[in-house]
Amino acid sequence: MDQINKQEIKLKGIPASPGIVIGPIFLFGKHEPIILIRTIATSEVEQEIERLKNAVARSKKELTKVFEFAEQKLGTEQSKIFEAQLLILEDIILFKAVYERLKHEQKNAEYLLKDEMEKYHQLMMASKDEYARARADDLLDVENRILRNLEEQKLVSKIEGSHVIISHNLAAADTLIFSRNDVLAYVTELGGATSHMALLARALKIPAIVGVHQLLLLAQTNDKIVVDGYSGTIVLHPSSETLRFYEKKKTQYHTFEEALAPLRDLPAETLDGHRVKLAANVELEEELEFIKLQGADGIGLYRTESLLIGKEVFPSEEEQYEIYHRIAEAVFPKQAIMRTFDIGGDKFMMQTMKENNPFLGWRGIRVMLDKPQIFLDQLRAMLRASTLKNLAIMLPMVTSIKEVKLGKQLIAQAKDDLRAHKIPFDENLRLGVMIEVPAAAVIADHLAREVSFLSIGTNDLIQYLLAVDRGNDIVSDLFQEFHPAVIRFLRRIIERGKQEHAWVGMCGQMAGDPLATILLVGLGLDEFSVVPNILPEIKKIIRSIHYTEAQHVAERVLTMQSEDEIKAFLKHLMKHKFPDIPIG
Amino acid sequence: MIEQEVTIRNRAGLHTRPAAAIVKLAAKFKSEFFIEKDSFQINGKSIIGVMTLAAEQGSKLRVRFDGPDEKEAYQAMSELFESGFGEPI
Repeated sequence: MDQINKQEIKLKGIPASPGIVIGPIFLFGKHEPIILIRTIATSEVEQEIERLKNAVARSKKELTKVFEFAEQKLGTEQSKIFEAQLLILEDIILFKAVYERLKHEQKNAEYLLKDEMEKYHQLMMASKDEYARARADDLLDVENRILRNLEEQKLVSKIEGSHVIISHNLAAADTLIFSRNDVLAYVTELGGATSHMALLARALKIPAIVGVHQLLLLAQTNDKIVVDGYSGTIVLHPSSETLRFYEKKKTQYHTFEEALAPLRDLPAETLDGHRVKLAANVELEEELEFIKLQGADGIGLYRTESLLIGKEVFPSEEEQYEIYHRIAEAVFPKQAIMRTFDIGGDKFMMQTMKENNPFLGWRGIRVMLDKPQIFLDQLRAMLRASTLKNLAIMLPMVTSIKEVKLGKQLIAQAKDDLRAHKIPFDENLRLGVMIEVPAAAVIADHLAREVSFLSIGTNDLIQYLLAVDRGNDIVSDLFQEFHPAVIRFLRRIIERGKQEHAWVGMCGQMAGDPLATILLVGLGLDEFSVVPNILPEIKKIIRSIHYTEAQHVAERVLTMQSEDEIKAFLKHLMKHKFPDIPIG
Repeated sequence: MIEQEVTIRNRAGLHTRPAAAIVKLAAKFKSEFFIEKDSFQINGKSIIGVMTLAAEQGSKLRVRFDGPDEKEAYQAMSELFESGFGEPI
């Protein structure tokens, strides 16, 4: 189809990661259950057999890893499933049949594999025995694993050059299929601005937009597209006028960001000498150079679960120690706060149970306390990495004192383990908790007695407080940072924390929202931990106001009864004081 | 060709571990190997096939060997079954 004749189409979504790019589309589709039958040439047969053998070998490697992990950390019961699956992968008769058919029928591996496995699947389903029927699930799992490995090899070879990846939805693991070089930007139809994909995109400094409805109806691979991650706008088949406009906008943003560079080595201090800590949220090691460039006061949140993306097993204590140590070293002498694995139960892929309400279910600290083996691995790794005395540990999704005490017990146990082996660590390692569940906010003073600091996780806190799923773009408008209830909660958390001599920080998205900065300073927040690219902007705001002024702003806002009123007030204030800062 | 009856002796029956043991043993011999249960026949060298049998303690199976080393194969296999696959009986 002729590119020039296609009409320009503008669509709006939710900006998830900043930046402007222009480039060709690559439509990424999820694994379709429909397997196409393809005839392959005689010359391709060898290649096809190799492809299947590679996929099987990779599957074997993956399953072996999972089996060993399950056996060591989760118990024999769970590992049995993987043992059975590994055996299925080695079934001589099955694979002999597939390879034979490949040679004689000259059809693609996916089709033949599925066809052969279907026979066995039917055999198993026909069995009178419950055990045999359960094995049918294992058969299906193995089949899907091999098919996935077959497809990934196809996918990787398909992409040449850099593209804007467009998809209906993009799970964190999917983003790993593409290498950095392949991706100009990510755009999805679904998703919220704080989804995992969004976090990763920001960490990798790849522009991203989510929630662009009906996009797949209009976009095709190789179409040209403009992605404006600042405003959340995309333009399909841009005219030359549009292209000029966006090139200009790109330059403007670049200039603006350059202008903030001199702030790097200056402290985040108000005009009347009130200083706050301005740190960075980190997902990946790749970000470390950048956060230093941006003048971060260390790391306010290192999301350790990023180590688990796309992985079926948890990294060993040793592997974790290496990474934590590198991170602590990289930001030394500044502090690195590392949060223990904050994951849902579904991460333990072996669970066949599906939670109806995962956000209210088995996640965060609950999971870790239920899996002490895994928790201890991480705690020991963190302790070992604390020898420079700049590492702190933070616990996610805490709801009670009991959880904190159990966490502390496990930390004590980890310390004993290390002492017994004469492995050094920071005896005075600081501990903090996330305040992201309303209950934790209400007992923040009790919690503050048990720990050194509190960090407010507004992403989840607002979700629970306002009963809005942040990943659900139907109700995304209801997720309001400036809801009066949220502001009141913030004030109380900060008061209660300080009352018990804990410092109170914020690592949620709100900390990086320029519209909220003055308010948060005025509420008495001690620490802001933000996405690195917004850091200079936040610093500029802090350095341009008086603390007394900020406190007045906070008092005013606390009297207001609607989000609209509060936002209008703050927008007006920002426009007046900072006309050159773009407020969305 | 040798065709004989064998019994599942172990308490847990023909679950994954014994199934694996059978298949592993059968692979050592050249002879073809089939197992039949209630007129249901599977190739004994296929783990998936053996898994579908899921026979419980006490069940009787017919094993069939056909090939140059059928005698040795049957000998070894019947010993494996008699021992209850090395599991509690």
